[in-house]
Amino acid sequence: MNMKFRNLLSGLLLITLATPAYSALKIEVTEGVTGAIPIAIAPFKVEEGFAPAEDLAAIVEKDLASTGLFKIIPRNKHLGNPAQLSDVNLKNWRTVGSDHLVFGQLIPKGQGNYSVRFHLLDVFKDAGGAQGFEIDAPANALRHAAHMVANRIYERLTGHQGIFTTRIAYVTAKNTKRGPRYDLIVADQDGFNAQTVASSSEPIMSPAWSPSGQHLAYVAFDIEEGLAILQVQDLRTGAVEEISSREGINGAPSWSPDGKNLAMTLSYHGNPDIFVYNIASKKLQQVTRSPAIDTESSWSPDGRSLIFTSDRGGSAQIYKIPVGGGNAERLTFEGKSNSRAVYAPDGKSIAMVTSSGGYKIAVLDLRTRDLRVLTDGRLDESPSFAPNGQALIYTRSTGGGAELATVSIDGRVKTRLRQLGEVREPSWSPF
Amino acid sequence: MGNLMQKFGFMLVAAILAISVTGCGGDKNVRDDSSQYGSEFDGNDASTSGIDTSRLDERGLKGVDYDDRMAFLDPKNPLSTRIIYFDFDSDSVRSEYMASLRAHAEYAKRKGATVRLEGHTDERGTREYNVGLAERRAMSVRRILLLDGVSTDNLRTLSFGEERPAVIGHNESAWGQNRRVEIIYED
Repeated sequence: MNMKFRNLLSGLLLITLATPAYSALKIEVTEGVTGAIPIAIAPFKVEEGFAPAEDLAAIVEKDLASTGLFKIIPRNKHLGNPAQLSDVNLKNWRTVGSDHLVFGQLIPKGQGNYSVRFHLLDVFKDAGGAQGFEIDAPANALRHAAHMVANRIYERLTGHQGIFTTRIAYVTAKNTKRGPRYDLIVADQDGFNAQTVASSSEPIMSPAWSPSGQHLAYVAFDIEEGLAILQVQDLRTGAVEEISSREGINGAPSWSPDGKNLAMTLSYHGNPDIFVYNIASKKLQQVTRSPAIDTESSWSPDGRSLIFTSDRGGSAQIYKIPVGGGNAERLTFEGKSNSRAVYAPDGKSIAMVTSSGGYKIAVLDLRTRDLRVLTDGRLDESPSFAPNGQALIYTRSTGGGAELATVSIDGRVKTRLRQLGEVREPSWSPF
Repeated sequence: MGNLMQKFGFMLVAAILAISVTGCGGDKNVRDDSSQYGSEFDGNDASTSGIDTSRLDERGLKGVDYDDRMAFLDPKNPLSTRIIYFDFDSDSVRSEYMASLRAHAEYAKRKGATVRLEGHTDERGTREYNVGLAERRAMSVRRILLLDGVSTDNLRTLSFGEERPAVIGHNESAWGQNRRVEIIYED
């Protein structure tokens, strides 16, 4: 009956798949770095008679500004609007205080499609050193094309891969006339194109991206059956595959780096332990065996070990264990408790929630064992690394609730992604 | 159990599952709170009943014979206590609840009813860890009901961690009402 009931409701899910989420996130940089790179993005020229639906240069400005690493020279200060190298007067750009200039044009390709041809120029160097790029900008993906432009500039100037074409998943909770409502939302990393991918009157928890970026694993509740359900949703088709709905806990999914296995927390045998589930064979293997709470696992990028939260020592701390099981090694010793750790993409550090009173986001260097606290909230939680490892997105507690925020891994750059209502459990997609 | 199901959508959307929030007087253990999730979404949305009032009375008594329900709603009857509250960072059931738990055990045994124990924590601590803590609270209550003679076949647990607060708030008053196990009689 359960399955029939769910199938009956499939239409509702389809509707939500096509429904933009209520409001987009809005990014605001709260702390930047001194010595941010001054850069001017000249509006991209386009032939007369053509009017692209998006202001691509403005999107590039916002992307770069959101990292806190760039100081954008505002348009009203620009002296000139070059379309090609021969139009550039280097002295003008030095005068307005810019170190770098991005300029170019949109070449119409018919039916609203364009190509962005642009240059990145160091205005203190010979103009002959300008780097030229060309990126397709289809009519239905102009924002995406702008994010690709921003990626190129970011990569050239910082040496790190750009994250502007990545996405975030998060959960919102709100109260409606019919009771609580929980939504699982996927948006571009700048908060645009927010889409509700699942909705429930019961909690939705712990969204985790598959390494391919095509699936989300998360936890839902079937209140009629009294079950927590760990499931995987295909973001292209909306199809949902149930992974585990055993008695007790079915939670805290973490994908293996190859996407073939899911680590998860199950308690059907009596208390919470970490298990590894092979998606193809459906075989389940128990990893931890302790009477304590073992949960919140994160797979190491080399695929060999898992870190997890356990209170086996009396308080919640982070441990590491081989995927095949064996002895667990305790990694955290500072603070009253440490929990919900995640591996950085390079595997050299882990981020977690540390508590010595309040709950704050911290990063532990696995080689030096140096623990650096990055935030100062009352109840900050759910850190998730940007796929380039340069920043974390997390839930920042505010006076009345919570909002999504980012912090650079050195703690110097902070941004807030504002949205009304309870926003929680952000998960940053892979590249 | 654990079967793989290929299906489209699991949902549960409020419109169909919604339980009306009228009447019934509420449970003595449930306190209302009007400052709820993101009320800015719904403007002056008039849903002022606490989240759990409707759940406990409409859902929690589904497995109780209609003729017996008055006993569960009578504040003088030990069966009316269907929420067990916990101290901070504790899964010990306080002695004040023992009489009520014994009454529930006797009722469940007599009727062969299946009791589901739903565990909750306050908002402090990380979410999945809190799911573990809340399950530990549900297991504490389960042990007492087992000792009082209820069969394991008639006891289930479900843990919500901090996801289903009874009261929204960031102070001890709210936290104290959220650290709880709810006793649900299954259909």
